[in-house]
Amino acid sequence: MVVNCEEVWREVSNYLDGEVEPGLRTAIEEHVRGCKRCAAVLEGTRNVIHLYGDERMLEVPLGFGRRLERRLSEESAPRTRRSFLGWLVAAAAAALVAGAIELTRSQPGPPALRSEHAQPAVGIPPGMMVVVAEEGRTFHVPGCKFIHDKANLRTIAASEAIREGYAPCIRCLKKYLMTTVGSKTDGADEKFESV
Amino acid sequence: MPAELSPLENPAPQLQEQLLIQRIRDGEHELFYELIRPYERRLFAAAYAILRNDADAEDATQEAVLKAFKHIRQFRAEAKFSTWLTQITINEARMRKRKEHASLMEPIVKDEGEGGTYTPRDFADWREIPSEALERKEVREKLAEALASLGQIYREVFVLRDMQQLSIDETAKVLGISTASVKTRLLRARLMLRDLLAPGLGGGWSKQLFFEKGTKPW
Repeated sequence: MVVNCEEVWREVSNYLDGEVEPGLRTAIEEHVRGCKRCAAVLEGTRNVIHLYGDERMLEVPLGFGRRLERRLSEESAPRTRRSFLGWLVAAAAAALVAGAIELTRSQPGPPALRSEHAQPAVGIPPGMMVVVAEEGRTFHVPGCKFIHDKANLRTIAASEAIREGYAPCIRCLKKYLMTTVGSKTDGADEKFESV
Repeated sequence: MPAELSPLENPAPQLQEQLLIQRIRDGEHELFYELIRPYERRLFAAAYAILRNDADAEDATQEAVLKAFKHIRQFRAEAKFSTWLTQITINEARMRKRKEHASLMEPIVKDEGEGGTYTPRDFADWREIPSEALERKEVREKLAEALASLGQIYREVFVLRDMQQLSIDETAKVLGISTASVKTRLLRARLMLRDLLAPGLGGGWSKQLFFEKGTKPW
């Protein structure tokens, strides 16, 4: 049997898959030995199959497996009262553990303050916008003179600042402190109380 | 204990898989991820072949896996689990594709004489791209880019057959086409990719990459 170039191109895929009969296989091999063009087609196709068949080509986005597992566990968990109660028990246990940790740190109670010397606030409007410094420990009324790190300020709601453990500035937020700190006030304090 | 199960490391993986499926059907739902984990990357590749977008392919894969979980009782033991799973993923991805009307964006090559003979465009001596080259992200990206430039009907067949190593019959079954169509599309996909990566055409990229590295693998 003799095959021409076109026949080789038509069968190259089947040939590489071992899907051609022995007679045709021999004829293709015979042709390719004497035809550089068909040899290039055959070798190139073999190389393509080899490369794409490599496991490394099966790339997935970072965290793909973790997200799939999480989604599956969320959706496959039986949505029963029992599981909800189980969740409640787990949440309560977590809260107890967290509380125990806080107690061992001798903190007065949640939220844990970034500064152990700070005073918790009372009655601060949760939506009031305050500024905090990333590395700081206190939150301030915008414009307070006692903000130390003015380069990395964030403006957030007071409730958020408290949740993150920031304590109120004993100067600009004096009126919200649980205990009176210091006996003297200066002009700056008075000025910010009206904000 | 679920942690002790490693179905693909076992000498009889299919049997282990069947046992795992039975346990899931009996209520041990938490084992399902263990069951599909060996296939998750292949499922993503199948979805990606159709959607060509990481986020959509991931969504489709997640959805398909959830559907497989919900319908695990419908899986018939005589079928191959991976084929069943792939089929669900392909269907999910195709459905999304239809919904998005993304087929309007398909390359024109899609309908380019599927039944006719494909004539290779490049006949220069083939410079082999060694497997080690796949360590390089640029090489993998170049290959993925070439694949993404094919029409959907070629990508589907190529990914299932040459990347997921499904048989011709399995590929035909998953895609709902004849084995003759699989063979025709596969031939065309392989030859088109060869042309795209050939040294005389787009293949200049590989030469450049290897020279950058300071080696000449051919």
